Amino acid sequence: MADIATLMPYDEALERFEPVLGLETHVELGTASKMFCGCPTTFGAPPNTQVCPVCLALPGALPVANEKAIESTIRIGLALNCTIAKWCRFARKNYFYPDMPKNYQISQYDEPLCTDGYLDVEVDGKVVRVEIERVHLEEDTGKSTHVGGATGRIHGADYSIVDYNRAGIPLVEIVTKPIVGADRLAPEVARAYVTELREVMRSLGVSDVRMEQGSLRCDVNVSLMPRGSAEWGTRTETKNVNSLRSVERAVRGEIERQAAILVAGGRVVQETRHFHEDTGQTTSGRSKEEAQDYRYFPEPDLLPIAPDPAWVEELRAALPELPSARRKRLQQEWGVSDLDMAAMHNADAIDLVEATVAAGAPAADARKWWMGELARRANESGVALADLPITPAQVARVTELVASGALNDKLARQVLEGVLAGEGDPDEVVAKRGLQVVSDEGELSAIIDQVLADNADVVEKVRGGKIAAVGALVGGVMKASRGKADAGRARELILRKIGVQG
Amino acid sequence: MSLIRKTAAELGALVASREVTAVEVTQAHLDRIAEVDGRVHAFLHVDAEAALAQARAVDERIAAGEKLGPLAGVPIAHKDVFTTTDMPTTAGSKILEGWRPPYDATVTRRLREAGLVILGKTNLDEFAMGSSTENSAYGPTHNPWDLSRIPGGSSGGSSAAVSAYETPLSTGTDTGGSIRQPAAVTGIVGMKPTYGGSSRYGLIAFASSLDTPGPFARNVLDAALLHEAFSGHDPLDSTSIDAPVPPVVEAARQADVAGMRVGVVKELGGEGYQPGVLARFNEAVELLESLGAKVVEVSCPTFSYALPAYYLIAPSECSSNLARFDAMRYGLRVGDDGTRSAEEVMALTRAAGFGPEVKRRIMLGTYALSSGYYDAYYGQAQKVRTLIMRDFEAAFQQVDVLVSPTTPTTAFPIGERADDPMAMYLADLCTIPANLAGNAAISVPCGLADEDGLPVGLQVMAPVLADDRCYRVGAAVEKALESRWGGPLLSRAPAL
Ligand SMILES: [Zn+2]
Repeated sequence: MADIATLMPYDEALERFEPVLGLETHVELGTASKMFCGCPTTFGAPPNTQVCPVCLALPGALPVANEKAIESTIRIGLALNCTIAKWCRFARKNYFYPDMPKNYQISQYDEPLCTDGYLDVEVDGKVVRVEIERVHLEEDTGKSTHVGGATGRIHGADYSIVDYNRAGIPLVEIVTKPIVGADRLAPEVARAYVTELREVMRSLGVSDVRMEQGSLRCDVNVSLMPRGSAEWGTRTETKNVNSLRSVERAVRGEIERQAAILVAGGRVVQETRHFHEDTGQTTSGRSKEEAQDYRYFPEPDLLPIAPDPAWVEELRAALPELPSARRKRLQQEWGVSDLDMAAMHNADAIDLVEATVAAGAPAADARKWWMGELARRANESGVALADLPITPAQVARVTELVASGALNDKLARQVLEGVLAGEGDPDEVVAKRGLQVVSDEGELSAIIDQVLADNADVVEKVRGGKIAAVGALVGGVMKASRGKADAGRARELILRKIGVQG
Repeated sequence: MSLIRKTAAELGALVASREVTAVEVTQAHLDRIAEVDGRVHAFLHVDAEAALAQARAVDERIAAGEKLGPLAGVPIAHKDVFTTTDMPTTAGSKILEGWRPPYDATVTRRLREAGLVILGKTNLDEFAMGSSTENSAYGPTHNPWDLSRIPGGSSGGSSAAVSAYETPLSTGTDTGGSIRQPAAVTGIVGMKPTYGGSSRYGLIAFASSLDTPGPFARNVLDAALLHEAFSGHDPLDSTSIDAPVPPVVEAARQADVAGMRVGVVKELGGEGYQPGVLARFNEAVELLESLGAKVVEVSCPTFSYALPAYYLIAPSECSSNLARFDAMRYGLRVGDDGTRSAEEVMALTRAAGFGPEVKRRIMLGTYALSSGYYDAYYGQAQKVRTLIMRDFEAAFQQVDVLVSPTTPTTAFPIGERADDPMAMYLADLCTIPANLAGNAAISVPCGLADEDGLPVGLQVMAPVLADDRCYRVGAAVEKALESRWGGPLLSRAPAL
C-alpha cells in the first residue's frame, strides 16, 4: 500500500483529542421495481439482465417515480422522528462516471423528504441520542468491476466492466448531524447507531439491509479536536465500510491515524478514504479539497413530491413497534437481565428467541439453546445465527421433548446436531438415531445389573459408605445406554439395588 | 386533383371509403419525395418499403371491415428526434449516427395505432437547437418557397416536407418556437400544444421543462386531427397532464370567433420587425374584428425578458440532458484504442460528435448552473419565468386569446445568420413566452410579405389546456383568408 499511516495508540489519542463523528448511510430499498422504471431489483441476477431504456438512459427515456419507494422513505423518516416535507423536489446531481448511465444522478438536494430527527442508541448501558440531519431518496448507480491491476480500483486496471442491474435501485440516504461527546466510546457509538438503524429498517420491512451485499452501506466521517478546544478539525470521509465491526474499526483507525498526524504537527487532508477489511486501515482516495461542482438543479422530468398530511399521519399510525421499544417489552416478558438482553441483541438472537417462544418454548429454554449450543455451532461454522439450518419451531420442539423427560440435555444436543445436519425434524432425528431416554424400567434394570456385576469393587466402596462413588456407577450406566438413560432414575435404582440409603 | 394536393382529412376519408388505397396514397407521396427532396432535403431517412408495408396493413384492415381513425392510411413525416424501432434516430447529430432505438416513443406508437403511414424521418437542427435547420449534422433543409432560404427550425425538415407536398402531415417539437416558427416561414399550420398535453417519452430531450411535441399540416383541421391522434395522458411521462385532450377537432370545425375577446400583445411587434410582417399581422387583427371578435391591446411587460431567461433555462437543462451521450452504451465512440481512459474517450467523443451550437449551449448551461452563478443565472431566469406566467394569467383575465406575429421576419437566406447566434436567437422572440409559461400556441398563415413575397404567420396563444381556442381562431382566420385568396396560401408558392 502506498501510504502506510503512522498510528497513535487509541488511549493516548483520546487523552489529547476529542472525536467528532458523522455517519452517512445508504439503504437500498427492497421495492419490487426500481426507483424510476419497472425493472425488477432481484439481487444476483446475471449482469445487465434487469435493464430497460429508462435505467440505461437511452435517448428519450423518462423517469417515473416509484410511489412505494416514496412511502418507504416517509416511513423511515417517521421512525427516525423526522419532520416530513409538505412539498419537495428531486434534483439532478451532475457528474460523469461510466457506471452512472445518465451522467447525472436523480437525488435530492436542498429539499429532502425528511429532516431533523433522531435515533437513540444504547452503549455500555447509556442512551446516546444521535441526531439525524436528513433522510432523502435517490437512485443507485451501476456497479463497476475493474479487471487487472492490483488494487481492484480503476487506476491501473486493464479494463472495466459495468453491470447496470443496480442502476436505478431506490436508495435512501440517512445523514446524521455531527455526533459530539461520544468521546472514548465513539467507535462503539458508531457501531451501535448502524446496528440500531439496521434494525429499524428491518422492523419497517423496507430493506433486507445486508451490508455484505451492499444493501446497507456506510460512510464514516471523523475529525478530531484538541481537548479544551471547541473548534472542529478537518474531517475525512471513509467509504467502503461493509460490516458493523468495520464501522467500529474504521472510526478507531481514523482516530489513531489523525491523532498521529496532528501530534506530529501535520495537517489532516479533507479527503475520501477507503477502508480495508484485511488491515482495518484506511488509505487515501479522492481529495475533496478541489470539491466537485455537481451543478444541482431541480429535476424537470419529475413532479414535486407533496405527500398528503393525512396520508403521512396514516403511515405514522401504522408504524410497527420499533426495535428499542420491542427490546424493552421482551426483556420484561422474558424476565432477563440487562446483560443477557444485550448479549442476545449483539448475537442477533432476539428475533429467534422470540419466534421460539411464540412456538411454545419457555423463554429461558429458548434463550439457553440459541445462546448456548446453537451460538457455539454458528460460531464454529462462521455463519450468522439466523442462517443456521434450523427453525425456531424445531428448537421449540426440542425444548418440549426435554421438558417432557423424553430427552435429556445431552440427547437434545444430539437432536440439534441431527437437525443441523439435515436429518429432518427433531422427532425424525430422535426416531432415526434412536435417541430416547430409556424409560423402560426392565431394560434399565438389566443394564444396571450388568454394570454392578462388572464393577464389584465400586459397589463395595459404596456399601462401605463412600456414597460419592455411586457417580462412577451412574456414569457406567449412561455409557452402557449410550446416554439414553435418565441419570437421576438410574442413581435411584442403583442405590436401591445395593441397599444403601442415598 | 392529384393525391398529394389533398388534405389529410380528405385522404383519410378516401382510404376509409376504399375509393383510394393507402398504398396508392403512400406511393404518390414517395414519388413526390423522389422528385423534390433532392432539392429540399427535408428527409434524413425514407423507407419506401416499410411505408408501403404499413399502408398495405391499413388497406387489409379496412378491407376486413375494421373501423379505423380518421387518419388511417394517411402518410406522415416524423421528426428525427422521436425514437422509432424500425428506423434510425439521430436527432440530427453525428453522435447518434446509425443508432436504432430498441423502443418507440409514445408519439410514434400512437401514430402507428392511428394507422398513420410513417414515410421517414425529417431533418432538424442538431438536438433541436436552432431556428434554421442549418445546425443539422447532415446538411441544411431548404425552404420550398425559395430554396436559398431557411425553412425555419428546429423542425425545418418537417415544415419543408409539408410545404413541399411531400407529406400532408408531419410531427415537430417546440421548445422555444421550433414548430411555430418553421410553420410561419413555410406558409403552413404548426401547433405547440399545452406543455404536458403531448408525451415526451421517447422524444430525445433538449430542454425537459419546455419540449412539446406538436403537429404540422397545410390546414387547421388536419393539424387538429393529428393533434388529437397523438396527444393525451401518458403514464410514462411524469409531466404529462392527466386530463382529456381539449376538443381541438370540434374547434377547428367551428371556425368562428364571434364574441371572442382577442388581445394584441403590445410588446410583440414594432421596432425590429419586418414591415411586411407587421402589415399582414395588422390585417389579420382587423379581419378578426370584422369576424366579430372583440380586439383589445394587452401589455405583458415581462415578455421582454423572455429571450434571455430562455437562453439560460434551456441550455441549463440541455447541459444535463446531453450528458448521457458519452460513448459508453450507444452512438459514436472516438479514441477507444485500448490505451485511453473512459474519461478521455468520453471527452474525445463529445468533442467530435457534437456540433458548435450544441457545444455552445452545453457550455452556457454548465456555466449557468455552476456553484456561485446558479442564483444569478438559473435562479433568476426561473423567477422571470414565474413573472411571465403571471403576465399571461393577468392577460387571460381580460381576453380569451393573445395574438402576435409568429416571427419578426420572413425566412432569411441560408448562411445569413449562421455566424451570428444572437441574430438567430431573435427568430424565436415571439414564440418563447408561450414555452416558458407552458401555454398552447398555434401559427397559421396570414399572407405574404410585400418586400419578399414570403409567408407570414399569425400566432394565437391560449391558456393551458385551452388548445381548442387556438384552433378555433386559427380556423376562422384560415377560412376568411382562403375565401379572400381563392385557395390556400400555399397554392401561391412557386412550383418546385
Ligand atoms: Zn429499467
